Amino acid sequence: MTEEIIIAGFGGQGVLSMGKILAYSGVMENKEVSWMPSYGPEMRGGTANVTVIISDERISSPVITKYDTAIILNQQSLDKFESAVQPGGTLIYDPNGITHKPTRKDINIYTIEANDAANKMGMNKVFNMIVLGGFLKIKPLVQPEFIHKGLEKSLPARHHNMIPENEKAIELGRTLIKQEQKAE
Amino acid sequence: MEDLRLMKGNEAFAEAAIRAGCDGYFGYPITPQSEVMEYLMKERPENRTGMVVLQAESEVSSINMVYAGAGCGKRVMTSTSSPGYSLMQEGISYIAAAELPCIVLNVVRGGPGLGTIQPSQSDYFQATKGGGHGDYRLIVLAPSSVQEMSDFVSMGFDLAFKYRNPVLILADGVIGQTMEKVVLQPQRPRLTEEEIRKNTPWATVGKSIDREHNIVTSLDLQAASQEKHVLHLQEKYRQIEAAEARCEMIKCEDAEYVLVAYGSSARICQKAVDLLRAKGVKVGLLRPITLWPFPSKEVKELATRVKGFMSVEMSLGQMVEDVKLAVEGKVKVEFFGRCGGIVPAPEEVVHAVETKLL
Repeated sequence: MTEEIIIAGFGGQGVLSMGKILAYSGVMENKEVSWMPSYGPEMRGGTANVTVIISDERISSPVITKYDTAIILNQQSLDKFESAVQPGGTLIYDPNGITHKPTRKDINIYTIEANDAANKMGMNKVFNMIVLGGFLKIKPLVQPEFIHKGLEKSLPARHHNMIPENEKAIELGRTLIKQEQKAE
Repeated sequence: MEDLRLMKGNEAFAEAAIRAGCDGYFGYPITPQSEVMEYLMKERPENRTGMVVLQAESEVSSINMVYAGAGCGKRVMTSTSSPGYSLMQEGISYIAAAELPCIVLNVVRGGPGLGTIQPSQSDYFQATKGGGHGDYRLIVLAPSSVQEMSDFVSMGFDLAFKYRNPVLILADGVIGQTMEKVVLQPQRPRLTEEEIRKNTPWATVGKSIDREHNIVTSLDLQAASQEKHVLHLQEKYRQIEAAEARCEMIKCEDAEYVLVAYGSSARICQKAVDLLRAKGVKVGLLRPITLWPFPSKEVKELATRVKGFMSVEMSLGQMVEDVKLAVEGKVKVEFFGRCGGIVPAPEEVVHAVETKLL
C-alpha cells in the first residue's frame, strides 16, 4: 500500500501541520513516510502545500506530480492541483470560498464544510484536524490510536492539553465529509 | 533502543552534528538550509556537549572561523547554500591548502547568481572541480535521504580527520526540507585536549618545550617548496581516489541501460526505474555517494555490459562529464536535466529515457 497525498491551501490554515500529524501517525504505525513542503516565499502569506507519502514499502521519490488524494482548502489550490489527481483518485475540498467547483468526472470528489463547522463551534485552531478527520474517514490509512500517538509526537509538550480538542475535531470531521461525486 | 525520529534533512544534519561530538558550528542564514542553525540555536548544544554555535556576520567570516577552529584540531563545521558557498571559496581553498579537517554543508539552490531558493544541483562543478583557486580537491558526499544527512556527519568528520582534508556535503533543497524517518546515531564525546594533542600533532594547541612551533598557513613564497607541497596534496588525493569512492547500485545486475544520478535526483530516478521496469525496460540506477572521488571504476565496469547511460541532474549537464570520462566512449552517454529550481518528475525521466536512450 502506498498513498500519495497533496494538502494545499493558504498559509496559516494548518496545511503543513496537518501533514506533519498524518506523517507522524504513520511513523507511529511503523509505516514509511515522507513529508515535503513548499518552502520560502510561498509560505510568507501566500499558498502553502505539502506532499505526504505513506507506504508499507521504502519510498523512492518524495517528489511526485500525480496524487492519489488531493486535500484542497482554497480556490488557487483547486485550480493548481485538480488536474494532478490520478484518474480514479480522490479530491476532498472545503467549499468555503470556492467559486469554481471541480469539473473532472473521472475522480471521486468529497466536500467537507470544515471552515463553517470550526467557526460555529469556536474551534478555529483545529480547523485542519476537522479536515484530517474527514480524510481518514475516506482513507483509513492510520488507526485512531496511532493518530493519538502522532499528536503526542508532533505537538510540543506544552500543547498536549490540546490533544483532546484535536481528537474531538477529528471525530467531527468524520461526520461532516460528504461524497459529491463518484468517479465514472 | 534505536532513536527513531521524523525530521527534516536540515534538522537531522544539525542533530547529527551535536551527536558527532562537533566542537563548533559557525554559519550565516540562507534558505533552504536555515533550519540547521535554527535547530542548533534552539537545541542549545552548549548545555548538552559544550558545542559552540555562532552566527557570524557573513559567510566569509563563518568559513574563516571554521579555518581557525580546524587549525586548533577541533571538529568544526559550517553550512550554507549556493551564493553563500561561493563567498566561502577563498577560505575553503586556504583550508584545503593548509590540510585542515572540517565539514561544509551546501544545500544547493537554483543559480547562477542569487538565483532561486528552490532545489538544484547546479553546483556540481564548483563542488568537485575546485570552486576556489589552486590544485585542490574536497571529499564530496551526496546524501539522498534524511538518514544520510544524519549519517554523513560522523562519516564526514572521520574522513576529514583521516586525510586532513575538508569534506563537503552536497545536498539540495529537497533533501534539506523533506521530513523522513531517521535513526539517530548515539552521542560521541567531544575530543579532549589530550586527545587533540595526541591524534592531531599538527594542531596549534600551544607549544610545549619538546617540539617546534606548529604553523598553520597556506603561504609559501618559495616556488620549489610550494610545488613539493602541491605534489604532496596530489599524492593524498590519489590515495583518496583509490580508497574512498562510494556508490549504490540499484537493479543494475540485469540492466541494459543505467541511469546515473545523485541526491534527490537519485530518489526521483528510483521511481523512474520502477516505472520503466513495469513497462519491461531493463534499467538500473547507479547513485554516486561520493561525487569526488567519482565512482569511475563502477561506471567503467558497467560500460562493458550495458547499452547506454543517462546522467539525470538538476543542472544542465555537469556530472555527465565525469560519466563520459569513465565510460571512455564505449557506449552512449545521454543527459537529462532541469534547472533553475525545477525538480523533474519521475515521468519526465521516463520520457527522456524512452526518447533519448532506448
